[in-house]
Order: sequence, then structure tokens, then C-alpha cells
Amino acid sequence: MIFARVVGTVVLTQRADAVPGARFLLAEACTPRLEGRKDYLVALDVVGAGEGELVMIAQGPSARNTALTDRRSIDAVICGIVDLVDEGGEVVFRK
Amino acid sequence: MFLARVIGTVVSTRKEPRTEGVRFLLLEKLDPPTMAGKKDYLVAMDAVDAGVDEVVLCVAGSAARLTAATDGKPTDAAIIGIVDDVDIGGQAVFRKDRA
Repeated sequence: MIFARVVGTVVLTQRADAVPGARFLLAEACTPRLEGRKDYLVALDVVGAGEGELVMIAQGPSARNTALTDRRSIDAVICGIVDLVDEGGEVVFRK
Repeated sequence: MFLARVIGTVVSTRKEPRTEGVRFLLLEKLDPPTMAGKKDYLVAMDAVDAGVDEVVLCVAGSAARLTAATDGKPTDAAIIGIVDDVDIGGQAVFRKDRA
């Protein structure tokens, strides 16, 4: 999984039948200290993440292992909102 | 998933039989903050009847085979949606009707 910061939303009306009704969010890959990597991706949000939040994104076939994305054509899913990151005993992120 | 712009079509006559009847589109990946092309190109199967110049949402890998149009076909990239709006930080960076 990667860390990313939610930066925006993507709205589609016309989409393939296999995509469920959750929101697509635009995220920027980042460090646990919220430093952006200028690498953007779109992920399906199944946890109710909001803009600015640090999230974990699972990519590839693993993205289908949620109740909403089972056997759907989704390759990136926001699977958790990060509350705290402890790196070597030091808290580097707290929500 | 990533955002891309449809910049053309790809035609192939001699191809694997299971790829019959699907459209191949040429895509350029986009940099979302500017919505500018990244000079990074790929060919994807179309699952939503996208057209040239449209901004689309594309999946890669095994997820590309899980649409009605691409089920069981040899593809690792599929267009799963036509993008209407992209917002960053509450600001519109793309609106289809004004593009």
C-alpha cells in the first residue's frame, strides 16, 4: 500500500457497468509527513475519506478485496484513513 | 486508476480472436493539477464508448478484464469512465462541458 493525500474529486456520469457507486477521489502519493510526490492517482473511496486526509491506497488486484469492489474493474482503493504514523518511535503524523 | 485524454484510435486486423469487436483507443496520461499531457502514451480497450478528445478514467492490470466489454479478453488497460469534472482543493481543474 502507499500513503497518499486526498487532493480532489473526479466525477463521471458515463461509466462501465462494473463500477460500483462509491466516490472516486484524486490523491497525490506522499510521504508519511504529507510531503507530496507529484504523482497523482484516482482511487475509489470505500471509507469516506475527505480532502486533505492522509490515506492508505491498495493498488492492483488487491483493490478488489473490499465488499464494494469485489470483482469490479477497480485497481486502486482507499482502504484506510490514517490517524497516526510512528516511525522508529517518533510520531511523524497525527491527524 | 489514472486520468488520460483520448488522442486517437488504433486499428488492428490481424489479432487474437478474442479481441474482435472491441475498440482500441490511444491515450495520453494527464497531470491532474494542470490537466496537461505527460507525453506518456498507452493503448486501452474502450468499455464506455469514449470519443477522441475526451478525458477518461482508465484502469490497468487485471482490473481491465472486469468490464462487460473486456471480460475474458487479453487486455491490461481499459477505459472505465468518461470524466465530467475534476476538482482539486475545491477548484475546478476540468469541466467536460467547458473543455
